[in-house]
Amino acid sequence: MEELLEILSSLHPEVDFETCDTLIDDKILDSFDIVSIISEIEDQFDVVISAEKIVPQNFNSAEALYALIQELEDED
Amino acid sequence: MLFTSYEFLAFILILFILYYLIPAKAQWKLLLLASYLFYFLASPIYVVYIFTTTVTIYFASCRIGKIGEEQSAYLKAHKSDLSKDERKEYKAGMKKRQWHLLLAGLLFNLGILAVVKYTNFAISNINGILRLFGNPGQLDFWDIALPMGISFYTFQSLGYLIDVYRGVVPVEKNPFKLALFISFFPQLVQGPISRFGDLSQSLFAEHRFQAETVARGLQRILWGFFKKLVIADRILVGVNTIIRGSDQYTGAYVFLGMMFYALELYADFTGGIDITIGVAETMGITIKENFQRPYFSKSIKEYWRRWHITMGTWFTDYIFYPISVCKPMLKFSRFSRSKFGEVVGKRLPVYLSSFAVWFATGIWHGASWNFIVWGLGNWVVIMVSQEMEPLYERFHARWNVRDRFFYRLFQVIRTILLMSCLRMFDCYRDVPLTFKMFGTMFTHWNWNIFWNGALLKLGLSALDYGILAAGLLLLIVVSLIQRSGSVRGRIAAKPYPVRFIIWFGLFLVVLLMGAYGIGYDESQFIYNQF
Repeated sequence: MEELLEILSSLHPEVDFETCDTLIDDKILDSFDIVSIISEIEDQFDVVISAEKIVPQNFNSAEALYALIQELEDED
Repeated sequence: MLFTSYEFLAFILILFILYYLIPAKAQWKLLLLASYLFYFLASPIYVVYIFTTTVTIYFASCRIGKIGEEQSAYLKAHKSDLSKDERKEYKAGMKKRQWHLLLAGLLFNLGILAVVKYTNFAISNINGILRLFGNPGQLDFWDIALPMGISFYTFQSLGYLIDVYRGVVPVEKNPFKLALFISFFPQLVQGPISRFGDLSQSLFAEHRFQAETVARGLQRILWGFFKKLVIADRILVGVNTIIRGSDQYTGAYVFLGMMFYALELYADFTGGIDITIGVAETMGITIKENFQRPYFSKSIKEYWRRWHITMGTWFTDYIFYPISVCKPMLKFSRFSRSKFGEVVGKRLPVYLSSFAVWFATGIWHGASWNFIVWGLGNWVVIMVSQEMEPLYERFHARWNVRDRFFYRLFQVIRTILLMSCLRMFDCYRDVPLTFKMFGTMFTHWNWNIFWNGALLKLGLSALDYGILAAGLLLLIVVSLIQRSGSVRGRIAAKPYPVRFIIWFGLFLVVLLMGAYGIGYDESQFIYNQF
């Protein structure tokens, strides 16, 4: 989780990713941010988040995103 | 049958009466009949196209769904006797089969769109190349019908097929229901591009007559007519005069034409969507909003999140993301980072995917270089502003103006001007002429047209300008009120006499000030041609 928070904070240092759960709904993350995050996640966690997984419920909070990463790791 | 024609009013009136008279469970069937009749009346040949798309999408989606069911059943039956790797391999095989079906559906339907929409564009380019090399031979243009709204219903159908493949929506096993989703007449001609998950529930549901819902729908339709007939069709005369007379109307006229067109396009397109949403609302059907006060945007990026929203999200979800996060692109991302460093390397894949999206957006709007350049112009502006982001941050750190009214106003005006400049490609005959006309704004100083009476020679009278100014003011006021909630909701809370005055007043305005009467030529909605 720490690694993920670091990735997110490097993009938007002004956001408290530990508590925010409206990252997409409040348009804090845009499509460019999402692509950067996916690319970083692929590097750090060695999992590929495919386009079909890019839905608000997976990206609205760091927690949801981390759950997705774990799910993909388990699948591997 | 134009939305603003008497035929359309008669059509929806008859449909509306039948809709609430027949058993509620048959309502969606009536809508399907009405939709096909609407399309048939436009041209019988169009029905062949939409039927072909519906049949192919139906079979492809059902087959994809069937493979998904087979997979679930197989994995359930062999839960204990399959290793993790075997399960993974099996799932990959099934996904590949689904992918082939998806690809076939995409290629077939995009193929139809490409043939009817882009063949003559390709021929004109080939002829241009032949001429360039001195070859006297020229290919003949095809006499091929461009079915009304084909770009809209093709994208809507493909969105559904991709969603089925992704498992986002269930397969619609009833072919007639799927046919209605693809052909639903209010949104057939100019969108919005609805998602199956958003529209299907209310589209197929049974609806009892509810006076409040119907009234709200009618109010929305009236507001749409106001935008289209009172504003868009009135200012259209001025836009046409300036654009068609490009030899005569240079310099400040070009600027004026840009501003006129910005207003016309907004009133025309959002007015059409208001009618679409309103018609659906009178029948209890909810269509997703396509605009969110786009001219209040503070950047082009924000503008594109608020203008033609359903198209923007379609391109993002089905083109931008799949390209940006596919394995080859992620590989390219690693490669570019190792070659060009973190900063540039990270951006390259995003910018490449974005390029593809804006190229597609441009060509989706029309088969001409004007639209391609317009699309890529948007891409350039968005990329440049993205690159300038750190500069803006430094500026804001130094000057605390971000939340100041005048700074926000500056940002809004800047966005409107930038968008209007780009839209010139939408107006002038070809790309070189567009650049030339843009240049005259800086070389031909005739700004006195704003006070020497020249404006009254553009086909618009003083009364027209008065009506347009009042209409524009009303649009701005309504948009400002909308920021804090539904305007119709606020009006509904007022006492009956106030409500009556507002809605009957608007009705009279449309009736008396709409641009029709002697010599009026019913004008097509701009987005119908896409």
